[in-house]
Amino acid sequence: MNLTLRVWRQKDQSDKGRMVTYKVEDVSPDMSFLEMLDVLNERLILEGDDPIAFDHDCREGICGMCGMVINGVAHGEQRATTTCQLHMRHFEDGAEITIEPWRAAPFPVVKDLVVDRSAFDRIIQAGGFVSVPAGSAPDAHSVPVRKEDADAAFDAATCIGCGACVAACPNGSASLFTAAKITHLSLLPQGQPERLSRAKAMVDQMDAEGFGGCTNTGECTAVCPKGIPLDAIAQMNSDYLKANAK
Amino acid sequence: MAVTGAVMVSFLVLHMLGNLKIFFGRDSFNEYAHWLRTLLEPFAPYRTVLTILEIGLVVAVVLHMWAAISLSRRAGKARPVKYVARKSQANGYATHIMRWGGVTIVLFVIWHLLDLTFGVVNPEGFNSAPADRMISGFDPSRWWVTLIYFVAVVMVGMHLRHGIWSAFQTLGWANRDRNKALRATAGLVSIVLVIGFLLPPLAITFGVVK
Repeated sequence: MNLTLRVWRQKDQSDKGRMVTYKVEDVSPDMSFLEMLDVLNERLILEGDDPIAFDHDCREGICGMCGMVINGVAHGEQRATTTCQLHMRHFEDGAEITIEPWRAAPFPVVKDLVVDRSAFDRIIQAGGFVSVPAGSAPDAHSVPVRKEDADAAFDAATCIGCGACVAACPNGSASLFTAAKITHLSLLPQGQPERLSRAKAMVDQMDAEGFGGCTNTGECTAVCPKGIPLDAIAQMNSDYLKANAK
Repeated sequence: MAVTGAVMVSFLVLHMLGNLKIFFGRDSFNEYAHWLRTLLEPFAPYRTVLTILEIGLVVAVVLHMWAAISLSRRAGKARPVKYVARKSQANGYATHIMRWGGVTIVLFVIWHLLDLTFGVVNPEGFNSAPADRMISGFDPSRWWVTLIYFVAVVMVGMHLRHGIWSAFQTLGWANRDRNKALRATAGLVSIVLVIGFLLPPLAITFGVVK
């Protein structure tokens, strides 16, 4: 396959940045999107150019490091797929592909396609944990959990914190991420003691980071590689309202 | 947005029911309009209850717009650098036109008040019976007025389809068991309101109600 890439290049945070066009030839349809970029980067290095910086780690779709906006869609148009698991067979030969970093004020571009997602870490630090005495692992089933709650909590817990929800949201809101982190704890018995204070602390931190407000457009859940449902946001709102009513 | 929206939806339901009185004749419609002004008389003076409701409605409208504008501004600040390419993945035309839909509704409401409340752009003028203003306003010769109403009411319907469901979500009522029912409720309320609001003007323009 031969492709034309239009890639966002930005030296550092102070650089204004611009789109740069590259031709990539002889791309195998079996390559992942990141492998295709690796091939381009090897050529750029040989030519003495600066390779395109992008985040990646496990390349198995579970770490949440990779992520770029491909042709206007976070992680590309393939549903429930991270960029590393997106394969070139989903593109047509001769295609022109636009690649941009996540765009949000709380996610400043570090270089090219790499953004700083520390804002997510600070939201987790605000309350995304349970304070329990650490000891040996408890016996299974010592604390019963309804199957439905376990399923919903697990669905929320699959969030890998990649930030695609923020990138896709027309409001630049981090609601789906924050809601997933709140929901997976608030549905389980271990999360109950801190349920309301957690929701309040995490939502307040999310707002303090400068993310936008949720208008329930559903763009986030559509691009989420883990398919976190929009219900999580309702759960977050419910806990947050109760916390403020107290 | 959810609470002020709920106030406006309750108003729309009452407004629609009031409009349908035109099918029971001009007198029925005029009596209803008079009743609204004499509510709780003689305990409260003429037009007290109606004025209180009107003030409540205006407050809801202003707060709803304020919330929409602050959400828009927050969104603008949260994404200072725009995407070169952008492709929506969530389906739903209704969702994408909420902000412009809101602006369209404001413009329509201004026209609507000038037409049927103050009579400025109505053939009957201000000093006329409400039913006369309504029936002359949607006269077959003024088909274009009916067309404006048609477009505006459909726009309100789409605004509500996303808005009502979004309110359930904002108030934290939605969950995976209730989602289907809540979406259906939002759709049903929107459709009933659109049909209820379109029946009188269409019936008048097509000569069913004279």
